[in-house]
Amino acid sequence: MVPGPDAQGPARSLAGPLTVGIENLLLGFHVAITPYNLFIAVVGITLGTVIGVLPGLGGANGVAILLPLTFTMPPTSAIILLTSLYWGALFGGAITSVLFNIPGEPWSVATTFDGYPLARQGQGGQALTAAFTSSFVGALFSIVLITFFAPLLAEVALKFGPPEFFAIQLLTFSSFVGLGGGNPVKSLVAILLGFILAAVGLDVVTGQLRMTFGFLDLMKGFDFIVAVIGLFGIGEILLSVEEGLSFRSIPTGMNLRVVLDTWKVLPRYLRTFVRGAFIGFWMGFKPGGATPASFMSYAFAKRFSRHPERFGKGELEGVVAPETAAHAAGVAAILPMITLGIPGSPTAAVMLGGLIIWGLQPGPLLFQEKPEFVWGLIASMYTGNFIGVLMVLAFVPLFAAILRIPFAILTPVIVVVCAVGSYAVHSSMIDIWYMLIFGVVGYAFKKLDYPLAPLVLALVLGDLAENALRQSLIMSQGTPGIFVTRPIAGAITAVAIFFFVLPALTPWWRRFHGSAPAPRAT
Amino acid sequence: MRLADLVTASFLALLGGLVVFDAVRLGTGWGTDGPQSGFLPFWLGALLIAACVTIFFQAARRADGTPFVTRQQLGPVLKVLAPAVAFVALIHWLGLYVSAALYTGFYMRWIGRHAWLTVLAVAVLFPLVTFLVFEKWFLVPMPKGPLEAWLGH
Repeated sequence: MVPGPDAQGPARSLAGPLTVGIENLLLGFHVAITPYNLFIAVVGITLGTVIGVLPGLGGANGVAILLPLTFTMPPTSAIILLTSLYWGALFGGAITSVLFNIPGEPWSVATTFDGYPLARQGQGGQALTAAFTSSFVGALFSIVLITFFAPLLAEVALKFGPPEFFAIQLLTFSSFVGLGGGNPVKSLVAILLGFILAAVGLDVVTGQLRMTFGFLDLMKGFDFIVAVIGLFGIGEILLSVEEGLSFRSIPTGMNLRVVLDTWKVLPRYLRTFVRGAFIGFWMGFKPGGATPASFMSYAFAKRFSRHPERFGKGELEGVVAPETAAHAAGVAAILPMITLGIPGSPTAAVMLGGLIIWGLQPGPLLFQEKPEFVWGLIASMYTGNFIGVLMVLAFVPLFAAILRIPFAILTPVIVVVCAVGSYAVHSSMIDIWYMLIFGVVGYAFKKLDYPLAPLVLALVLGDLAENALRQSLIMSQGTPGIFVTRPIAGAITAVAIFFFVLPALTPWWRRFHGSAPAPRAT
Repeated sequence: MRLADLVTASFLALLGGLVVFDAVRLGTGWGTDGPQSGFLPFWLGALLIAACVTIFFQAARRADGTPFVTRQQLGPVLKVLAPAVAFVALIHWLGLYVSAALYTGFYMRWIGRHAWLTVLAVAVLFPLVTFLVFEKWFLVPMPKGPLEAWLGH
């Protein structure tokens, strides 16, 4: 991508994206390394790790609960708090996977395969050190790529009009249907439900009330924060008690000596690191990519290992592979969020909602209008992950102790925190009731295999998508052909349509080639 | 699972019908300056109905005997859900903090059978910390009841 002749600004006039990237990054570090923002990062990581360890509280609803508290903060500090929370939650997921055999998040499932056996053999410290280090390496890889690719992608996206944006939205949702695994029709239903919920209430374009059926309370519509807290928070608690929650912790066995010894061994897995990081980044900037990325990375590591038979019984490489990929993917999900305004994961979706609430317009213009915000965010990803890995390495026993809090105390505390978070959004009681209803819906949907992530994404993106659709149709005076005739929009739409029909094609494909179904992405 | 699938699909299809019904009222075509309010909802609802009919027939053809939830599973779930509903209902009368204290205390005693002293400590300290963090530090007001009014908040 060569900067066009219309490109302006001191940064862009310098040759080469590399120097531009480094220069902007320095600007970002000025923002991220203020004492206040570093303090915010530490708070965010601590809370995030706690949230990641606790059952029923994951990254997405942790961010959702804290979002109302950030309304009065400067946007850059607010996004640093939320992203740090996200990194913390990713680290926390590894702790429960290794020590308790409980994957806190779907992408930690593969970490339990070898992490828990290692912990049972008394090598929990090694497994955790490997997990945290891999997470850090995977994240760092993605952050470096984001640093250099994000400005380029944003520059390309600046030329996009409404049809292109709508086509990208189509692509986002088509990838859930085509690549998500599970029942594609149910993924479609989840997407439609999200869009329908987003449309409830006042239509700002025409001023008409939609789907309120005369109920005053429905006028305000459904807030995605409340939906996330209910679906992921309350729903998750209901699911985990059903499974007869019991925590059998294994001592962490973590000390400086173990950490250093493990670090000496880890360079042996260089190939696994690189492979995992690439898989993670590649899968991660598409929605729902982290879970398949972690499984894929694990499968590749096993396949190329000289001792595949050791996998599943406590092989360190089996922890390295999924953790590298999952964290690389988790970070990569930020890339489309800041450049295109399309989040790559439910957590990124909640952050995107935060951007809108803070009065920022997510999308490529951010790079021009709010460079200190974008680069502060990117720089904080370096500092946040660095602080994060040091903190979790140092305080693992403390974090693991959280799960020793009796269940009868944890449950009401989590429910109350969820209620507080829901109420804080609009200071409205009805939102707490919605939270409970969403909780029951989340529980039922999870059991019936309706994916929740696309529902949340659709709820967040609903208004943006409808605006893009409307503007496109106004541009074309009502003919849908505009999505096919404009070259970029046409190409993206074609890929989207391909993904939408992919589930219908795969049975034929499988008849010729035998292949196993992909794991479900959530 | 089969029955639950059939019921959910039927319910969601009905919801789709409701959406289409409302969309038709709003107008699904071309207004004076662009698509009418009901344009997108109409297609969302229509697609939802189509997808649910597909799921309905997929589920109907499948012989799946596993129940959606067993009796052993339902018990613990209701034991979490019912107190939570009661807690939210109480907020209307007592405000969030007092309700949280009662709810936490009750749940700890009922499910966890913790000693009264532990129950009392957690049930008082937890809402108090929440109060300080939200009302004092972040200035986010929560619903309050007679106790807070009596204390002058």
